[in-house]
Parts: sequence; C-alpha cells; structure tokens
Amino acid sequence: MAAPMSLLVEFGGGAELLFDGVKKHQVTLPCQPEPWDIRNLLKWIKQNLLKERPELFIQGDTVRPGILVLINDADWELMGELDYKLQDQDNVVFISTLHGG
Amino acid sequence: MCQAQEEYGGCDQPRRRPRVSCAQKCMKCKEASPVLVIRVGDAFCKACFREYFVHKFRAMLGKNRAIYPGEKVLLALSGGPASSSMLRQVQEGLSRETAKKLRFMPGIIYVDEGAVCGQSLAEREKTLLQLETVLQASGFPYHLAHLEEVFDLPSSILQRVPHHPAGPKDNYKEAVEGFIRQQRQEEGGGPSVPERQIQEKLAKVSVRDAPGMEGLAAPEARLLAAVRTEQLIRLFGSVKTLTAKEELLQTLRNHLILHTARAHGYSKVMMGDSCTRLAVKLLTNLSLGRGASLAMDTGFSDDRHGDVVVVRPMREYSAKEIAFYNHLFGVPTVFTPALDTKALEKASIHRVIERFLYGLQAEFPSTVSTVYRTGEKLSVTPGDAGPAAEPERCLLCLCTLDTNVEDGSALQAILVSERLSQQKLPAAAPAGRGCCLGAEEQRGCCMNTTAPGADARADFLPLLCYGCRLTIKDTTCLESLPLYVRSEAERRKRRAAMKLEIQEFLLEDEAVTPGES
Ligand SMILES: [Zn+2]
Ligand SMILES: [Zn+2]
Repeated sequence: MAAPMSLLVEFGGGAELLFDGVKKHQVTLPCQPEPWDIRNLLKWIKQNLLKERPELFIQGDTVRPGILVLINDADWELMGELDYKLQDQDNVVFISTLHGG
Repeated sequence: MCQAQEEYGGCDQPRRRPRVSCAQKCMKCKEASPVLVIRVGDAFCKACFREYFVHKFRAMLGKNRAIYPGEKVLLALSGGPASSSMLRQVQEGLSRETAKKLRFMPGIIYVDEGAVCGQSLAEREKTLLQLETVLQASGFPYHLAHLEEVFDLPSSILQRVPHHPAGPKDNYKEAVEGFIRQQRQEEGGGPSVPERQIQEKLAKVSVRDAPGMEGLAAPEARLLAAVRTEQLIRLFGSVKTLTAKEELLQTLRNHLILHTARAHGYSKVMMGDSCTRLAVKLLTNLSLGRGASLAMDTGFSDDRHGDVVVVRPMREYSAKEIAFYNHLFGVPTVFTPALDTKALEKASIHRVIERFLYGLQAEFPSTVSTVYRTGEKLSVTPGDAGPAAEPERCLLCLCTLDTNVEDGSALQAILVSERLSQQKLPAAAPAGRGCCLGAEEQRGCCMNTTAPGADARADFLPLLCYGCRLTIKDTTCLESLPLYVRSEAERRKRRAAMKLEIQEFLLEDEAVTPGES
C-alpha cells in the first residue's frame, strides 16, 4: 500500500495552456495498492488536472512526442522514464518543445 | 560510486537519489552524475552540459567567421526558448575574458504579432511588459516593433542592396587586429559604464522614435494604430489556409526586422532557429514547393538581402538541449500565442510536419539530426557571380526565382494542369486549390480569369517564387496587402515591360547574325 504523497508538478513551454495556464501544481496523490510511477501519474494528471485537448499532452500511455519530462531536474531518460518510482516531494516538470522559437 | 564530486558543488547537482542509471557517469568528465541525454545516448552532467552549450555557440560563430569585431548585430527575440537562449549566449560571450570574448555590438528586436494571434490590446500590453523586463535586463539597446508597422514600410525593403564593394570578407584577421588596437587605445578611460548608459538611452530614444504605437499618449497615434490593426486583421482574414497565413506572417515579420536593421545600421541579424525547428522548416519547405530557397531558408547565413545578412547560430542545437539549458540555468522566456496555438493538429502543413518529425524522433532519436544534415548538404549556388548576372528575385521572399525552369518540372506540370482546368471548367478551382469561397457555383471567384482583380493577380504571380505563389493564391484579397508590396510589384511590372520593348530592338539585331532558325 503506497502512502499518499505530495509532488510539485510543473508545466512549461506552452504545455501550461492545457492546464488553465497554471504552471505550478502542488498535488497530493492518494493511497493506492501499487506504488506510484510516472505511468500512473500521467493517468492521474489526465483525470484530475488536464482541462482540455488531452491528445495534445498524452499519447497512448506516455507523453506526446515533443514534450520533455524532467524528474528532480534530470532527464527522465536517465531515471527509467515511465517506470520511475515516485517519492514524496519529487518535482516533475513537463516542457513542451512544440512550435517553440 | 554515486557521491557528488567536490568541484561541482552539491548545490549544482539535482537532488541525488538511487536511480536506474546511477552507475552511468557523465561522458565528458566521467565523474559527475549526468542530468540529461543528448543525441543518442550521450549523457552529460550539468556543468559539462553548460560548457558544451556555450562552447558550441562560440564555435559556430568562429567557424563561420560571420561577424566582424565592432559589427552591429540585431538579435531577433521572440520570447520563445531558442531566441531567449541565444540572447543568453550573446550575454555570456560578451562578458567573457578577452581571448574568448565575442566582439560585436548587439541590439535586440521584438516584433509584437498579437494582432494576428488573437490577443486583445490588454493582453498585448501585458506580453510587452513582460518582454520589456527581459529586454531592459539585457542592458542592450532594443527595438519594439509591431506587426502593424509593415503598412508603413518602404518598397525598397523588397530590393536587394548589394554588399559594400570593399567588404571586409577577405581580411577578417585585419579587422580583428584593428579592433583590438582600437580597444587598447580606449582602455585608458575605462568607459564601459558610461558607454552602457548611453546605450540604454539610445535604446529608449529609438523606441520612442519608432513609428507605430509607441507614442500611445497621443490620441492620433492611438487611432492610427487602431486603423492599422484593422488592416492587418483584414489582411490575415483574407488568407484562406493556416499554412498560407504562417508563410505570410514569416514574410512580413522578416521584412519588418530587415527594415529595423537597415534603419539603425545593423549589418547582421541573428535568428534563433534551432535544428529541430530548421528540420521542420526544411520538410515544410519541400512540401510547399519552396525547394529553391531551401538552402537559404535553413542555412547558417542568408545574404539574399545583400547588405543585411541573416545568421542562425542556434542551428546546431536541438529543441531538447535548448529547453534543458533554459530550465537548468534560469533563462527567462515569455510565452506568446502563435497563429495556431491550440489549432487543430492537421490545420497546417507546418503542424503536420512537426508532428510527423517528433513522432519519428521518439522512436528513432537521430531523425532530426539526419534531416538537418541532409539540409546542410544543399549548398547555395554561388549567386554573386558578378553584378551583370544579378538573377531575378522573388518579390516577397527575395530568393532567386525558381520559376524559369525547364520542361518536365513539377511547376511546369502544375501550370499546365491549371491552364487546362481553367479552359474546360472556368469556374472550378484550378489544380484542386479551393477558390476563395470554396463552392463550385461561385462564378465570381477571384481565381477565375473573368473576375475583376484577376488581372492584378495574373500580373502578380509571375513575380513570385513557387512557394510564395501558393501563399498569394490563398490570399483572396490582394488589395489588403501592404502598399510597399503592391507598389514594388507595379515597379517591377513597368520595368519588365520596358525591358521587353528594348528587347525587341535587341532581337532584331540578333536576327541578322546566323542562328538556328
Ligand atoms: Zn561532466
Ligand atoms: Zn518567394
């Protein structure tokens, strides 16, 4: 049983537009039988934070190509990507690189 | 295995916790833990990434010897990640120790496009305020331009101004030495602080002087601005497709930046196109038929305007590198809505290509760099053979006209099928591109040769490259184009007519000599 945990979830590069324009979200994830990982977090974000056009953020069970994920200021590619096990007080940042410049 | 190295300092590192690839070390220093993966599998720590990033910028400018010491360089800032990161690189470069220091005089331009991106006046002012904070913090002179100002541009913006004949191209080294000598002479007074103050004052003055909406205090100015905004909205409203809108916006923005550069004596313009962006641009250009200007549109340096050269020093950075740099080193960006923010996925060719590329990139990490390197191999043909051989240039984008092509090209095929479809079905949209109203029964369609305004259109199209033709074909109301475009078209038409008249005499001469026919 995973205890409830508190995370700082951030959106940038225009991705915040899909979240009412709010960049920083202090969220509390509820208890659940299996441990929280990024895969579950994305599902939770889709159900609880995403305000519109989910296809612009999520594709299948992962983020849409062109959206970068940072876990505690490090590339999620170094952290196991979807399988990364979240810990209390983690900071997860999503940055859209679509049509930037 | 995982302890932080002393020299990088604990605070520089992200919070350390056991992670999957903990055993992996930074590929450069082989000591610190990596924070990001660039290219295919190259993991860098924060300190090495920063060094790599900063070095790449200087190397790019050094390798190309693009900018001369003391040269005035205009940085085109959009507030987006790539150009904001470019500004930071220039700041870093100018503040370096002498040997590695960049030695040019930067200024910044921001073009407010709020009117065509659906921003209200209040929203535009808010964005401008955010940007001014960034601009002022840079300490460089800056110019705020509004897209509305395109209606006041002179038609000379569409004419190529030749390089100064005594260009310092061949004696870069001399220019550097001369500059250093001059700097040493000036060093006695240490004028750096007052110099900066003057620069700041100049920036303020130039902002006040700018035509358009700067003097918002005066009611006439406000009124004029409102009229211009109306005109601009009407112009973009008359463009049928998002693809054409994006092309038109790019063209007008470039003209405005070029004008500002000329008016204030900048001989270089720096654009912040990243390699990801250029790869999208490259494929978009190909699919729009802008193949002829491909190398110029995406290369490091672009001299189609002659006197003002556009350089793209960010073209070897991926969007990911830029996003990470900005995030890790606190580079401020200002998000401004684009024409198509939140538009449908398939609303324009630009968006379709972007999605296609990013999708491929996700599975094949070298996609973008492969596309980008392909583009690099397309070199510009040596255009400046001599003043006598000055080629015809597209009215709008000033690329060398690609439309005088031999039989069998795609353009020829399209032109032929257009002609055929016009003959048989006068009211049908030529070559499948919808007419202005989209319905077959609309006989008064602008594309129809019998409609009023069709003559103007028929005169206009031959002056354009293939890509710009597509844009103009999707623009239903040519009258809403800014005056400088229409008057330059008029001028070229007159000149062509004159040439034709003269040619008749020349041809008679030629006919005397024995020919094939
Ligand atoms: Zn390192
Ligand atoms: Zn063109």
